[in-house]
Amino acid sequence: MKRFLLIWIMLFGAFFVSACGDSRVHSQAVYMLVDTSGSYAREMNKATKIINYLLATLNPGDSLAVAKVETRSFTEKDIVAKVTFDKRPSQATQQKRAFKTKIEEFSKVIKGSAYTDIIGGLIQGAEYLNETKAGIKTIVIFSDMQEELGKGTVRDFPIKLDGIRIVALNVTKLGTDNADPRIYLDRLARWEARVRKAGATEWVVVNDLENNMESILNTR
Amino acid sequence: MIERHPWLFWPDSVALSILVLGILVMLFLYAARKPMHGVIHSVCNLVTQSTRYISRWLFLSSENLRLRNQAVLLAHSQESAASMIDREFERVGNTIRKDMQEFPVLQRKLMEEVTRIEEDYRRCGEVPPPPPEWVGALESVSQLKSGGDIPRKLLEDINKSIQKIHDKTVAEYRRSYEERHKILKGMQPVWRSVDKLMVEMDQKMLTLHSNAKQIDDDMTKFAGMRAKDSKTEHALTVSAFVQLAISSLVMVIAMGGAFINYKLIALPMSEMVGASDYITNNLRTSDVAALVIILMEASMGLFLLESLRITQLFPKIASMDDRMRRRLMLASLIFLVILAGIESSLALMRDMLIADKASLMRDLASAAPAVSEGWITNIPMAGQMIMGFVLPFALAFVAIPLESVVHSLRTVIGVLLVQTMRGTGFVLRFTGVVFRRFAKVIELIYDILIVIPLMVERWVVALRGNSSAKGQAQSMSAS
Repeated sequence: MKRFLLIWIMLFGAFFVSACGDSRVHSQAVYMLVDTSGSYAREMNKATKIINYLLATLNPGDSLAVAKVETRSFTEKDIVAKVTFDKRPSQATQQKRAFKTKIEEFSKVIKGSAYTDIIGGLIQGAEYLNETKAGIKTIVIFSDMQEELGKGTVRDFPIKLDGIRIVALNVTKLGTDNADPRIYLDRLARWEARVRKAGATEWVVVNDLENNMESILNTR
Repeated sequence: MIERHPWLFWPDSVALSILVLGILVMLFLYAARKPMHGVIHSVCNLVTQSTRYISRWLFLSSENLRLRNQAVLLAHSQESAASMIDREFERVGNTIRKDMQEFPVLQRKLMEEVTRIEEDYRRCGEVPPPPPEWVGALESVSQLKSGGDIPRKLLEDINKSIQKIHDKTVAEYRRSYEERHKILKGMQPVWRSVDKLMVEMDQKMLTLHSNAKQIDDDMTKFAGMRAKDSKTEHALTVSAFVQLAISSLVMVIAMGGAFINYKLIALPMSEMVGASDYITNNLRTSDVAALVIILMEASMGLFLLESLRITQLFPKIASMDDRMRRRLMLASLIFLVILAGIESSLALMRDMLIADKASLMRDLASAAPAVSEGWITNIPMAGQMIMGFVLPFALAFVAIPLESVVHSLRTVIGVLLVQTMRGTGFVLRFTGVVFRRFAKVIELIYDILIVIPLMVERWVVALRGNSSAKGQAQSMSAS
């Protein structure tokens, strides 16, 4: 009888030990860049909606970070909030609530920046995502994709975005784009070429935020 | 673009080229006629022989398999029938033991009732009225020859006495009858009691009779199994098919229950083992853990029923001594109760997690919080908890149909295998026969292709035959 019980206990133990597989391969990590430059800072309401959508969709074990695009964005200081959700759903829910509160606080005190350093944000995002070792890595850029670099900011060098999806959200048309749509199309084409050259696995543009939200994340 | 055909001798005159090619082919086929016929016959013979050999092997194997199936089926059925007969004998023994214990009491009661009835019967015996003594006096008076006052007075006195005696006798008679009626009335419950006792005895006898009939039937079946007659074997095979169908149906229902159970605990299990752990690409650890819990419940149920001797899948458990078996039964029951408790708490946790997630979603959507409807909102939670506790016990009974499936599946697979082998054997035998005939058909088709050279050959042979016949005739006439 004792031997019988021992066998059962050993089986239980073996099962639970073997069950702990590598979860990182199956997890997602999302780094969201929010453009706060000039008139685009007024779009923060939409950005909050996107973040809420991400919070509702991401699962326990996934990672999320939100950073602002500033004059020079290659710095941890620009990360507004970041979290790797706990494996337990109840804890993950608590973390999501806390994240939401942080974003709400950020949206109240937002200040527009003079320049827009998207590339710096991309490099910072890639660094963060690679550290998470997640299976699916996505950088979401909430911007009009009009990069303006300040004096002394160097970004014209090859960057590395290997294995990262890039999603451009709410790419609004500027006044000049309306006059000549080729400027807008060329801008998007240039960005696509640059990120693909950098090793990005996918380039997605989502402008219809009401109906096309599911394109932001890659479904498992 | 002009298509070039290298096989054409004269590309400009296709018809001529084809004709020449056809003649050449015909000549070649005619030249190769004998070896080709040989090849056709050899190939067909090879196929015929091979198929015959394989089909004979299949028939032999199927017969061996059938015998093996028969032996297993009869052995298992004999075992079942023997245990059923044992059980019937046990029932009869119990009935007889119980009835025999009650029998002396019943007999004494019956005897007492019978004695009372006899006594009452004796008391009820009709007492004839006293003989009329005055009849003799009346006769004497009637024989007096002379009349007068004396006889008249005498007759008047007698009349008075008679009247008096008559009244008294009638009164006595009525009283006696009244008493007898009372006795008879008193006998009614005694009769009823006797009747009840008799019915009781009759029912017991009827039970015994039905048990004896059941034993007779089982013994007949058992004798059939011992004799290995085909009728019994056929009946047992059909029974195995029916058993498999019924057990499979019950198993499907049980699997439905297990699925509901799984759904109930899969989400809260992620709280225990983590929601983001994967065993394979699409297999979550929490899902597997939930499945393992359910399988463990089923195994505990199996052990419980085994130790209760309801099922007999593990001979080791069946052959354990009673003390050990009782311990195993207790251990299985405790494990089952613990698992049921765990499931019940997981069901509660599931409800809490879902409520928490719904609240978060409302927060994210900036929607108003849901209005609580008091105890009504708690009904699903209570239902889930009850289901979580009850389903493991319900799942425990899967062991019974499982045993049935295990036993009947062997017979069913055996029968299907035998039929498949026989079918394949028949098809191969038929193919062999067809190929034997097919050789001749191919030979004739081949000859059709070279019909012109054959006709020429026949013409030449006939010509030669004629010339040789003429030569012989000439030599005959010369001689």
